[in-house]
Amino acid sequence: MAEVLVLAELNPAGGGVRKTTLEALTAARALGEPSAVVVGAPGTAAGVKDALAEYGAATVYVAEAPEIDEYLVAPKAEVLAQLVGEKSPAAVVIPSSPEGKEIAARLAVRTGSGFLTDVTEIAADGTATQVAFAGATIVHSQVTTGTPIYTLRGNSVTPEPAPAAGAEQPVSVSVSDAAKQARVVDRVVEQKSSRPELTEASIVVSGGRGVASAENFAIIEALADSLGGAVGASRAAVDSGFYPHSFQVGQTGKTVSPQLYVAVGISGAIQHRAGMQTSKTIVAINKDPEAPIFELADFGVVGDLNTVVPAATEQITARK
Amino acid sequence: MNIVVLVKQVPDSGSERKLDPSDNTVARASADNVINEMDEYAIEEALTIKEAQGGEVTVLTVGPDSATDAIRKALSMGADKAVHVSDEAIHGSDALQISAVLAAALQQLEYDLVLCGAEATDSQMSVMPALLAERLGIPQLSGARKLTVEGSTARIERQTDGGYWAVEAPLPAIVSTWDTINEPRYPSFKGIMAAKKKPVETKSLADLGVDPSTVGLAAASTKVLDFAGRPPKGEGVKVTDEGDGAQKLVDFLASQKIV
Repeated sequence: MAEVLVLAELNPAGGGVRKTTLEALTAARALGEPSAVVVGAPGTAAGVKDALAEYGAATVYVAEAPEIDEYLVAPKAEVLAQLVGEKSPAAVVIPSSPEGKEIAARLAVRTGSGFLTDVTEIAADGTATQVAFAGATIVHSQVTTGTPIYTLRGNSVTPEPAPAAGAEQPVSVSVSDAAKQARVVDRVVEQKSSRPELTEASIVVSGGRGVASAENFAIIEALADSLGGAVGASRAAVDSGFYPHSFQVGQTGKTVSPQLYVAVGISGAIQHRAGMQTSKTIVAINKDPEAPIFELADFGVVGDLNTVVPAATEQITARK
Repeated sequence: MNIVVLVKQVPDSGSERKLDPSDNTVARASADNVINEMDEYAIEEALTIKEAQGGEVTVLTVGPDSATDAIRKALSMGADKAVHVSDEAIHGSDALQISAVLAAALQQLEYDLVLCGAEATDSQMSVMPALLAERLGIPQLSGARKLTVEGSTARIERQTDGGYWAVEAPLPAIVSTWDTINEPRYPSFKGIMAAKKKPVETKSLADLGVDPSTVGLAAASTKVLDFAGRPPKGEGVKVTDEGDGAQKLVDFLASQKIV
């Protein structure tokens, strides 16, 4: 069976494999037998090998060197290019984070291959599905040159276990000087949160201008916590200073595709729809019955968010 | 400090955007075309650095003749001159091919810094800095919410989930900017008038030494097979809260087995 390389995306500081990696391993099985590639500082692979094997990695290539994490993107692309050269895989699948897309781009140049970003599905013949123009258009594409490289959008595929050997195979790493130019000198966490990552969460509760203040975002957070979801915000809410930019959902923010998206006090401008339109189930709470968000909503409540949201939170908590 | 800002003309993200069924490329002729919103932040950043450190700001775009409008916008904000790569053969090129054309154009310019928006609102790939860094052998400082240039070093805060990474690199480097980095200026009347006299150099693939057979739809390394409008969602349920809105909402979530 053809080998498909899957780049493992890991949580920082030994936090294990990200769900996006399990999704990528699952999607890769349509094309052949997945091999996971772990690229990072020494010791990175030890804690994640079992999870990779559980989700179908027949082989786990381990490329560890101290300088990999010291420089942005380029060293990881270099290691992958080396492996593509050695193993001639049928394809490469990478989780579609900002870094993942940049690794794919550099890998494409290095290997003379085509690449497709933010795919939501990969078929056995290599045809990928992409969602264009804020979710309005569904596109089917193929790579026609070289080793097809795909980045898989988070939450597009349900991870399914498929236990495999996970045989560890060390890869010798020598990072070139060309890949050691953009040095990461500090990693700063500004918001520590126990909530799931916005792009990975299966439930997202977002607040908009209607939430009316930064303090009042507490009711959005409380609803999100009752559902075990992540918190998002519209651009209008972010621009008004209600919530930090890194939680912005929309054309100029994150694109999310959760099982449930709850839009609270969000009118539903194209800017926002671009980031959430492909969510499976959409719920909207807004006092304006004409708000365009209701056109997208599977269930809408016309009412005051300040009464509806806390009441819903209370009832959801009571059901547990 | 000589800065080149990459700009792209895109269909307005606030209007209806389509693919052209004749060749599955973005329908640009029928679209309401504007400068990519995210590029305005890169232009603003370039102008701010120039005002503090001197030098020249050059706008570089690849696109059809109508892309002149995007160039004029950049020049009216205060950029000094522009290079417009326009060639029929480029139509239908994918990101890899465009990066080869941009790289060839950059090699004919003198620059310390290349700036661009962190994404184009039409393709949303966010890969041009990585592609150009790989092709030109210069460092990639992408996804910046803050940029500092001191002497021969550029330093950014790269936006991450819940924080940032501080990343630094020697010049020349390519930097992409998010919309949190600054507040772009509006072109003044004086700026708009001055832009009309600023030099715009049009270059063909031959001028850049790029073989036309390597670009365009036929030579692309990816191919759009087909596309369709997203099937419309079925009519949803909308209730008006009369004290029972939350209850009905939770009932709905329960019916979906979410709670």
